Amino acid sequence: MNKSRRNFLKIAGIAALGVTADKFVDAHAQDTAKKVIKKTIDAGKKTVKSKVVQKERLAMVVDLRKCVSQNGCTKCIDACNKTHNIPDFGESKDAIKWIWKEPYENAFLDHENFYLTEEFKNKNVPLFCNNCDNPPCVEVCPTQATFKREDGIVMMDWHRCIGCRYCMAACPYGSRSFNWRDPRPFIKDINPDFPTRMRGVVEKCIFCDERLAEGLPPACVEACTEKALVFGNLDDPESEVRKLLKDNFSIRRKPGLGTNPEVYYLV
Amino acid sequence: MLEHALKGNKKYWSWLFFLAVIILVGFYFYIKQFNYGLGITGMSRSVSWGLYIAQFTFIVGVAASAVMVVLPYYLHNYKEFSKVTILGEFLAIASVVMCIMFVTVDLGQPFRVANIFLHPTFHSLMFWDVLALSGYLVINVIITRVTLGAEHKSIKPPKWIRPVIIISIPWAISIHTVTAFLISGLAGRPFWLTAIMAPRFLASAFSAGPALLVVFCLIVKRYTKFDPGNEALKKLGLIITYAMCVNVFFILMEFFTTFYSGIPGDVSHMQYLYFGIDGSTRLVPWMWTSALLALISLTLLIIPKTRKNHKILFVTCLMVFVSIWLEKGLGLIITGFIPNPFGKVVQYWPTIPETLISVGIWAFGFFLITIFYKIALSVRKEIEI
Repeated sequence: MNKSRRNFLKIAGIAALGVTADKFVDAHAQDTAKKVIKKTIDAGKKTVKSKVVQKERLAMVVDLRKCVSQNGCTKCIDACNKTHNIPDFGESKDAIKWIWKEPYENAFLDHENFYLTEEFKNKNVPLFCNNCDNPPCVEVCPTQATFKREDGIVMMDWHRCIGCRYCMAACPYGSRSFNWRDPRPFIKDINPDFPTRMRGVVEKCIFCDERLAEGLPPACVEACTEKALVFGNLDDPESEVRKLLKDNFSIRRKPGLGTNPEVYYLV
Repeated sequence: MLEHALKGNKKYWSWLFFLAVIILVGFYFYIKQFNYGLGITGMSRSVSWGLYIAQFTFIVGVAASAVMVVLPYYLHNYKEFSKVTILGEFLAIASVVMCIMFVTVDLGQPFRVANIFLHPTFHSLMFWDVLALSGYLVINVIITRVTLGAEHKSIKPPKWIRPVIIISIPWAISIHTVTAFLISGLAGRPFWLTAIMAPRFLASAFSAGPALLVVFCLIVKRYTKFDPGNEALKKLGLIITYAMCVNVFFILMEFFTTFYSGIPGDVSHMQYLYFGIDGSTRLVPWMWTSALLALISLTLLIIPKTRKNHKILFVTCLMVFVSIWLEKGLGLIITGFIPNPFGKVVQYWPTIPETLISVGIWAFGFFLITIFYKIALSVRKEIEI
């Protein structure tokens, strides 16, 4: 290496050090500022007292008794598909499903019971992403493209997903779909208010977070004329979901796996 | 040193040309896949991993198996392995490169792969696997470069290389352990949810990897002046015998636990794989072929006379390799998804583009091995230039 090049590298190195040091100082200053702000907020919270900063744990309650009486109904599925620009490829291999139906026996595989009541035998039940409290998909995702929000919704970042499908292998509920090919040509009427996806990323039900942000209930809940779908905050003892779960016997899919699914079925 | 790869006889060049054609065919179909999406493969909403990930899983084992020559040679100073060790290390490098390629072609958004490093996620085994594999690649590139380079200059390799070589031993174990953890830690996939997944991976790796090495040694021996030495081949044969015994033993363990406990969710996968469910039997003939090959090769390995005969050993090693490939590179990954979480059987079979892409990556691996072995043997003047 000649002298001038070596000197240049030296200077570059020192400069780089300087930049990082600068950043460090900056970060430190910001940190202090943050601490001050946090203290102020904390003090504020103490005076106002709870209520305002109520915790949220969003969940869905499906009243299967109401649902299975309308066995062929697809209103919730149609509403979801339309709202979320879900393509229809006309075949099952590449299918994208956010809400779909499976026979009771398949949906609740580990509740095997030969003497199932006629009410549920061979009846289709609606399935969603369980938005688990302890989501295995989030645990395995190598890029945090799928993550759990504070209100419990398991979200998807379609711009970060690398399409490794590890989450699909980890999900015990088959709730995740992969865009095996470009979905856009197969969407009947594109809803301009919701993004379409590109090929090569995973997607699933996200409890209509975009509608919740506007104070609207999930599209499926709104579409269900039987009022079989109820959505709400489990952390609020006064919420409708809590009342329903208190007064009715409910089951969940594969609770033994420790995922703590947040879709409850009343039977 | 690398210039040795650029000089060769007609056979060398026509072999490389042949491989290059296969690689290009694979590449052509990859471009097609890239433009259309992974829907070009046989994978589906139910079977979301297929041939690519299965190849990856299998080849990680081949990569890890280098430890079976490195450990005796460097740790126990077993001199008979002086000639095969470098071949084992080069096999490891080519294998890791193939692994990386198989994972990459499986990605829906390959250009975003850097996200794994931009958003490192410590609770994801995928992150650790990427780390383990790339580390293993770097370590082996350094080791081969330094040891062979020293030989090329007829000097002793520097002292600092020894600790690097020692580190490569547990590192080799780690790559296959972490790869096993990738699938054995998923609560929702009972077929993979077994604590002996990592030991099984290692046992199958330590039989299939050295088997491939024996095949390579015998082929190279036939076409060049290279001779791995009778003792080395004998020892490799013995290693394969023990590893294959353990491998078959482990598979039988899985059979016992699954069928004796009789838990329907666990039984269904094994039943699909070996007996089929309601007429869905796509993997059944392959698995019994694998079992039969395992049985025959194990017999030929255990009998000393057939094990020590090079011609028979060559065929036996091919059988070991194919048997484990069928079990691990075809059955293991796919069956984890069949039946699906709703107890439904959705079968999978690779499509032609998917198969040709996979064959192309294998050809690339062979291409690398050819060049590496050419360099290694040229440096040792065991080949005419």
